Parts: sequence; structure tokens; C-alpha cells
Amino acid sequence: MSVAPPIRRTEPSPWPGLFAAALLWIAVYAVNGRWWGWLIGDVVGLDLESRIGSAVEFFVYDTTKILLLLGGIIFVVTVLRSFMSVERTRALLGGRLEGVGNLAAAGLGVATPFCSCSAVPGFIGFVAAGVPLGVTMSFLIASPMVNEVAIVLLYGLFGWQVAAFYVLAGLVIAVAAGWIIGRMRLEAWVEPFVYETTLRGQTIDPSRGLTWTDRFAIGREEVSKIIRKIWPYLLVGIGVGAAIHGWVPEDFFTTAAGPDNPLAVPVAVGLGIPLYSNAAGILPLVEALHAKGLAIGTVLAFMMSVVALSLPEMILLRRVLKPRLLGAFIGVVGVGILAVGFLFNAIL
Amino acid sequence: MDIKVLGSGCANCKSLEARTAQALAGLGVAVEIEKVTDFGEIASWGVMSTPALVVDDQVVVAGRVPSVVELTNLIGSTTQ
Repeated sequence: MSVAPPIRRTEPSPWPGLFAAALLWIAVYAVNGRWWGWLIGDVVGLDLESRIGSAVEFFVYDTTKILLLLGGIIFVVTVLRSFMSVERTRALLGGRLEGVGNLAAAGLGVATPFCSCSAVPGFIGFVAAGVPLGVTMSFLIASPMVNEVAIVLLYGLFGWQVAAFYVLAGLVIAVAAGWIIGRMRLEAWVEPFVYETTLRGQTIDPSRGLTWTDRFAIGREEVSKIIRKIWPYLLVGIGVGAAIHGWVPEDFFTTAAGPDNPLAVPVAVGLGIPLYSNAAGILPLVEALHAKGLAIGTVLAFMMSVVALSLPEMILLRRVLKPRLLGAFIGVVGVGILAVGFLFNAIL
Repeated sequence: MDIKVLGSGCANCKSLEARTAQALAGLGVAVEIEKVTDFGEIASWGVMSTPALVVDDQVVVAGRVPSVVELTNLIGSTTQ
């Protein structure tokens, strides 16, 4: 058995194409608002101040803007992340103590390409290689929560401050929750086969031996995969959001779900758990609700609950975690999300 | 030749399986692709990011879906 030799290919430089695509992206993003305003206001002849006019303009402007942001940022993030891998992350976490390890795991959770379908092999690979349970948990919490789709949408819809608060809060929850789970000494509540797994074979590191052309191809595939998966939800979400923009009165939610209602955050977190792939469609809707008075902490708590406490991932993790440990995971992360929701409702 | 695709049935695993089948057809190799979905067995290959491709008991790809051309090269060079 020999290691396959690296394949040498002569291929054209990928940089001119990237440069042209970047220029086109900037041009379209820059004229997006004026173009739709001109088309709907002057060509179609709708009054942009009217209900139907503002709803239509909101729909087409937001759809274009969100698709551009998603495409551009997912591409850049995926290309950068192609230099990292779970295999390298595990090597980096190997000798770490708890505390520093939790911090490193949460940070690496953001930088490492990881899909929830790899959560179980990733968990086994970490724990069987001796990474402490709590440190592994910090990684598993940060990875989906501080997720590029969520960050892009928060940035596009609420501005960079909210997106930055979200990232910071997500990291704090991942570090704290992993550390607490580590302190609880729940190792006995991992399914025993995980510790019995012997790792054979040499580890393949997917981040090695790629050319820039390969990395750009991975980026393009990721963009088209995510957009193909989420566009129906995105359109429905923006559509309902547009209708709310046009027809629901200002401050409609201020009394029902404003910052002073203590029940709003728990209800939002509870609603978020069964939703998963709908995150992209929910956010434009939530943005419209926020514009009508829904508090920002409630919005962020909802978002975190949708991405970090998803039912499909819990069902997958049940394969390696016994119910008590899974319960501790949901409980600790849930309390962290509630705290973030209340905190932001109080200070923002 | 022994070909295994490791993965729990996610979209990427299916696309790796399809591209591997194309590569094998291109190479003129008639061999059944074995699908490994059990998490314990996947992990025991040392694979932490799915999907992964195992050719003759050797992991050649993990965590990404290469193009048919690259798969053809990988499988071709492993068998010689």
C-alpha cells in the first residue's frame, strides 16, 4: 500500500476569473437599490411610499442583496476554511487542558469547515483521540451556532454591530457551556462504543495538497449547494417580511413582545428548536418583525436556538450521548441562549 | 478492487458515490461500491469528516467531494 502521489496538472491561473467576478459583484451590489427603485418607481410606475410599492421594493431589493451577500461571503469563508480541517483541529486540541482548551475549541469551531452530518464521526474522532469531553462540546456548540449563513444574514439585515454581538455571544456560550459540561464529569454518559473505537488507518487531511483552483472550485460548489438548499425558504421569508413591511402597523409587537415582556425570550427559544433548515427563511421574516417592535435580544435568542439546538442534530447526537448527557447539553446551551436574549433586551 | 464510500447518507455522500461510480465506469472497472453508514465503523477508519472514499483498505479522500477527473486519477493511481 503506497500513498497516492499528488497529481500534477497544468491549469490556467484562476485569479483573472476571480478578479472579474469580484468586480461584477461590487458593481451589482452598488447599483442594487437605485436599479430596483428606478424599475419599480419609474418603469412600472408604483408609488414607493404606498403599501404595495414599498412591499414590492422591499422584496426585490432584499432578495438581491441577501443572495449577493450569501454568495460572496460563503465563497470567501469556504475558500479560507479550506486551509483548516477537523483533522488539524483535533491535532491542535490534543494536549490542551480544560479552560484554554474550551477557548481554543470554540475559536476553531468557527474556523473549521464542519457540517452537522459529520457531528457524530467528529465527536467519536475527538473523544477517542483523548480530547476532553467538555472541550469537544465547546467545538460542537460553536461550530453550528457561529455559522456563516446566520452571520451573513444578521449583517445584511441588522448591521455589523448585531452580527458582532451575535458572534461574541455565541463564542461565550460555547466556551462556558463546554466548560460546565466538563466540570459535571459526565464521561460515563457517553455511549461506551465511543471509547471502544480504535482508530486505525492513516488520517487524511482534506486541507492539504489543494491548488487555488481546487479551493475556488470548493467555494463555488458550496455557494451553489447552500443557495439551492435555502432559496425557497428565503423567498417565502422575504415575501412574508415584505407583506409585514407594507401592512402591519409600526410598533405592532412592542406591547406583545417588546423588551419588557419576560416571556418573549423563552417562547422564541422554544419555537427555534424544531426549526433547522428554515433559518435562512426565518431571518428576513424576523427582521420585519423587529422593524415592527420585536426586541433584538429576542431575535438573537431565536436565531441561536434555530441553529444550535436543532432537532435533527440532537437525534444524531443521541447515537453517541446517553439521554442524561444530551439533556445536560440542551439544558446548559438553552440557559446560555436565554441569558443572551435577556441581556441584549436589557442593554440594546 | 474494493471500494467503500463512508458517510451517513448526507447529500455530499450521495454525490461522492455518484462521482465514484462515474470514475469507475470511465476506468472500465466493474466493481460494487460498498456503502458504510455505521458511525462506529466510519470513525474506526480514522475519518472525522464525511464523506470519505476507501480504496483497497486505504482512505484516499475525506471531508470533500473531488471532481470525477480527480477521482479517476486517485483510483487509477491506487490500483497500479
